[in-house]
Amino acid sequence: MSALAADTRHAPAILAGRGGVFGAMSDWVWRHPTMFLVLMLTPPVLWLGIIYIGSLFALLLQSFFAIDEFSGLINRDFTLKTYGELFLPQNVDIVVRTVLMAALVTVASAIVAFPIAYYAARYAKGKWKAAFYLGVMLPLWSSYLVKVYAWKLILAKEGILNWIFAKLHLTFVLDAWLALPIVGGNSLSVSYTGTFLVFLYVWMPFMILPMQAALERVPGNLIEASADLGAAPRQTFRNVILPLAMPGVIAGSIFTFSLTMGDYIIPQIIGTSRLFIGQAVYAHQGTAGNIPLAAAFTVVPIVVMGFYLWFAKRQGAFDAL
Amino acid sequence: MTPAVSFTKVSRHFGSVRAVDAVDLDIVEGEFFAMLGPSGSGKTTCLRLIAGFEQPTSGRIEIFGENAVGVPPYRRNVNTVFQDYALFPHLNVADNVAYGLMVKGVGREERSRAADEALALVKLPGYGARKPGQLSGGQRQRVALARALVNKPRVLLLDEPLGALDLKLREQMQEELKSLQKQLGITFVFVTHDQGEALSMADRVAVFNDGRIMQIGSPQEIYRRPATRFVADFVGSSNILPPDFMQRYAGQRRWGSLRPEHIRILAQTAGDGVPARVAALNYLGAGTRVSLDAEGLRLHAVVDSGGALPSPGDDVVLTFNRDHVHVMDEPA
Repeated sequence: MSALAADTRHAPAILAGRGGVFGAMSDWVWRHPTMFLVLMLTPPVLWLGIIYIGSLFALLLQSFFAIDEFSGLINRDFTLKTYGELFLPQNVDIVVRTVLMAALVTVASAIVAFPIAYYAARYAKGKWKAAFYLGVMLPLWSSYLVKVYAWKLILAKEGILNWIFAKLHLTFVLDAWLALPIVGGNSLSVSYTGTFLVFLYVWMPFMILPMQAALERVPGNLIEASADLGAAPRQTFRNVILPLAMPGVIAGSIFTFSLTMGDYIIPQIIGTSRLFIGQAVYAHQGTAGNIPLAAAFTVVPIVVMGFYLWFAKRQGAFDAL
Repeated sequence: MTPAVSFTKVSRHFGSVRAVDAVDLDIVEGEFFAMLGPSGSGKTTCLRLIAGFEQPTSGRIEIFGENAVGVPPYRRNVNTVFQDYALFPHLNVADNVAYGLMVKGVGREERSRAADEALALVKLPGYGARKPGQLSGGQRQRVALARALVNKPRVLLLDEPLGALDLKLREQMQEELKSLQKQLGITFVFVTHDQGEALSMADRVAVFNDGRIMQIGSPQEIYRRPATRFVADFVGSSNILPPDFMQRYAGQRRWGSLRPEHIRILAQTAGDGVPARVAALNYLGAGTRVSLDAEGLRLHAVVDSGGALPSPGDDVVLTFNRDHVHVMDEPA
C-alpha cells in the first residue's frame, strides 16, 4: 500500500475545532445562518436607517414648515404654504430649467456613452479593457473644481475651443450658435450650452460604467441568434441589445439625472446667472435663512426621480432584470 | 441536382490555427447530415460558416447554388438551433418563436398563429405566455427548435442541440428530431461529438479531425469501413491493428481495424490464434468489455455478459474471422 493510502486511513474523520473565541464564533455563526445576516447587516442598517434616512426625513419635515415673513423665524406649524411658494413663477422657472437641463444631459450622455460602453463590453480585451477603465475613471481622480475651472478656460472667449474653431475657419459656426436665443450668449462659458457641455463631461463616467456592466451581461449568442432569425443590425439593436441593456441605461440615467439636478457649482461657474435648483437650495438655506423653502426645493428632484422610475418600470425597462 | 450546401476548398484560419482547412463538402437537399468529430475538429466552425457567423479565409460556399461568401446571416434562409438555445430572456415563448416573423414584418395575428402552430409541432402547445427562464432544459430545446422552424428555412443547422440534456430525454429528442426531419423534408445539418448520436440519426456522416474531413459516408460505411485510423478509433472504438500484426494474423501488411464484438476469447493458454492476457473487465449491461494485452497492443473485446467470463490475469487465446478485419486506406 502506498504511503498516501496508509496516511489516509489514520487521518481523523472529524477535525478538531480551531479553538479560541473566533473558532467558537465561526462554528456558532455557521450553525445559525440567520444570526450571521443579523450581525452583517446591523451596522449598515443603523447607518442608513438613522443617519441617512433619518436626516432625509428631518429635511422633508422642514418643508412642511414655513418662514414668518416679518420675523424671519421658522414657524413650526404644519402648512403647505412653502410648497405653494414653489409654484411662484420665478421658482417654477428654476424647476423647469433644472429638470430640462438634467433630461438633456441624461439623453446626450446615453447617446455618447453607448458606443464606448458597447466597445468595452463586446470588443475590448486585456490591456484595451484596462485602458478603457483607466480612461473612464481617470477624470474622477482629479478634483471636480479643477475640472470645472479647466472647462471655463476651454470655453472662454480666448479659450482653446475658440482658437480651434478659428484655425479651422469655422468661427462663423460658433458665432451663429451663440447668436441663438436661450442656448447662446456672449461666449460658451456664459451660456447654457457651456453648462450643458460641462455637465455632460463631468457625469459621463456614471453613465458609461453601468451601461458597460449591463452590456457585458448580454450573451453574444443572442446577437447571433437575432441575426440568424433574419434581423438586420438595426433590428437586433432595437429588439435585443437595447431591451437587455435597459436596466444599465436606467441605472446610468439615475446617476446623471440626479447629479445634474442636485449640482450647484457647475451652473455657478459656467453658464448664465440664472439659478438651478441646487443653487436655489444653497441660497435659501444660507443667506436667506429660508430652510423650509430650501427643503421644499430638495423634494422636487426626489419626486421627479420617483415619477421617472415609475414610468421606466411601466415601459418595461426592468423586464430583463 | 444542386446540393443544399456546397463547400469548395473552404478554409477558415484564426491566426495560425487552421480551424477549417481546405474542406470540400456537398450536402444533399432533404438529407439528415451529421458532422462528427472531437472538440476543436472544425465541425462547429463549418456550421458557423453555413450560418454566416464566420466568413471563410478562402474557398467558395454555395447554398442551393447561390454564392454565400460575404452574405450576412440575416440574408440567408438558414436557421440555427444553438447549443445553449440562445432564447431571448426578455421575451416570452410566443414572442421568441415569432421573432423571425416579427423582424420580417409579418402582422401580429399571423405571427401568433404561426407561433402556436410551431409550438404544437414541437409538442409545447399553450406554453406561449411563459418566459424562457420558467422552462426546463428539454422545453427550451423545443422552443429553440420551434423558433428556427417557424421561418421555414431551407437548411436547419443544429449545434450539439442535445448536449445539455440527460440520457433519457436525449434519446427521446433524437427520435423526435428524426421524425420531424422526415415529416418536414428540410435539410438538417447536425453537429455532434457523440458518435452514437451521429450514427443513429444521420443519413450521412462527415467525420472531422484537425479541420479536415476524414471520411464522408453513410453510418454503415463509416462504422464498417473506416477510412483512417482516426475514424476507426473515434467511431465506436475499434481495435486498430498495426501492419506487423496484420501481416502475422491477417495476411497483409496494411493498417487494419477490428470491431470489439468480432473478437472471440477462448479460455485456453495455447492454440490457433493470438495469445493474450486479460487486463480488466468493464460491465456494460448486456455486454462486458474485456481489455486484453496481446503482442504489445491493448485490444478490447465485447462479450455476452451472460456467458462464461474470464478473470483479470487469465491467459487466453483470441480468434477472429479474417473477413471481419477491415483493411484501411492509410499507407503502412
